[in-house]
Amino acid sequence: MRVLRVVLACWWLNLKNLSRSAFFLLTAVLAPVLLSTIAFYMFQAGGRPGTLLYAALGSAVYGIWSSTLFGSGGAIQWQRWGGTLGLLVASPAPFVFAVAGFTLATATLGVYSLVATLAWGTLLFDVPLHLAHPALFAVAIPVTVLSLGLLGLVFASSFVLYRNANALSNMLEYAVLLVTGMLVPLSLLPGWVAPIAWVLAPTWGIRAIRDAALGGDPVFAIAMALALAGVYLILGAVLIANLERLARQRGTLSLA
Amino acid sequence: MLTVGGLISYRALFNWIHPAIYIPSVLGFPMFQILFFAYLGRFSGLRDDAFFVTGNAVQAAGMAGIYASVFTIGNDRFYGTLGPLLASPASRAALFTGRALPIVANGLLVSAFGFVVGWAFLDFDPPLASLPPLALIVLVSAFATTAFGMLLGSIGLRTKDILLISNLAYFLMWLFCGVNVPLETLPGWMQLVGEGLPVTHAVEAAREVVDGARIGSVWKLVVAEAGIGAGYLIAAFGLFRVFEREARRHATLETT
Repeated sequence: MRVLRVVLACWWLNLKNLSRSAFFLLTAVLAPVLLSTIAFYMFQAGGRPGTLLYAALGSAVYGIWSSTLFGSGGAIQWQRWGGTLGLLVASPAPFVFAVAGFTLATATLGVYSLVATLAWGTLLFDVPLHLAHPALFAVAIPVTVLSLGLLGLVFASSFVLYRNANALSNMLEYAVLLVTGMLVPLSLLPGWVAPIAWVLAPTWGIRAIRDAALGGDPVFAIAMALALAGVYLILGAVLIANLERLARQRGTLSLA
Repeated sequence: MLTVGGLISYRALFNWIHPAIYIPSVLGFPMFQILFFAYLGRFSGLRDDAFFVTGNAVQAAGMAGIYASVFTIGNDRFYGTLGPLLASPASRAALFTGRALPIVANGLLVSAFGFVVGWAFLDFDPPLASLPPLALIVLVSAFATTAFGMLLGSIGLRTKDILLISNLAYFLMWLFCGVNVPLETLPGWMQLVGEGLPVTHAVEAAREVVDGARIGSVWKLVVAEAGIGAGYLIAAFGLFRVFEREARRHATLETT
């Protein structure tokens, strides 16, 4: 219960913090809306108008991914710059759960993307919003946010060791958009891409959301997203414990 | 002032000479941008790989031009060097041009890399004879986008949200400039906006050249791109002087 309280408190604090940032809000809304618009025009001009909801959902998950990538990559660094990192590490609550709360908040911000993209598509492009499995759709969204948020935990704990993490984030944004099948089916990509896609949460998140919306069996994808979330939590905990140990030994907690 | 000042500004403000930043940001991002849109193009059935490689490789020069220009001016303000710079008697034209030249050269390099990515990983094999005119077109486009970036950078004298402005401008170019969607399939008002932006004419000219046209048959497009660039450069310089005067008069150089 105490762990849950820590996660929720940090999640809510960071969500409020990010929601005050014009940059994060506009990026969470504008980037996926623009991408979906390009995809809509491409599919319409290419004679595939039936794929518009497919494109809208893919762009929405891209928005969650983008928020997670840029928000979580700097989650620990921002605490360091704000002078609160030492306090968080010194507090009796396990540090990993505080960071998990922060990174889950960045993924939650992506829900703005989902709402904005679907509303944009429906209002301007007449994208039909008929959900094949509404209940499973309602489950798939928080599961996707959870799995991406915990992937963000891995980013937060590893990017903090890399001074130029922002540059890496720039490159990863479209690389992961491509290889996880958010907009381009994995069957079109070379075969060696598939194993990479399987270990990335957006692959299962978009599959769960898409199967729930367009018809299919989203249960396996939801289960895979949850399983990956568990793996990310363990990996993130190990990485953060290592980071904490090294920082305490070397006295470098507050040093970039 | 023009050469040494420009080079120092480029190296000091961007750190792009450092491979850990330069490779993922300046080469990695456009590489995955090209691959993503080419595969999305295959899925949509809109056009062949050459259409997307050419459009995105030419626009990749724009990425370098816009972000580099915006941050050249914006970072001077952020790091507190803008005040001493403007207090100096240095020619503003030399300062401005000096900062633009390395960015144009960089744009040419990024674009060339984009074409190589298309040739190596996608179905893109332009005739050898098209390479010199292609280089000329990209050079003109890099100049035009750098000038456009300078205009946005000048606006950065009045706002702190330069990253938001540059992101927005860059992503809108994907949509309005015919990079990924043929201009003729867009609504009339979007075509009109696209006609006034850099990249649009260069992309059209580059596609014709890749298809085997001679430079003589696309010279009007190249001249139009150069004219648009010149217009933005004049506007950028004018705006910079206006904002500089205003900032001096109201003592708001580092407060807005």
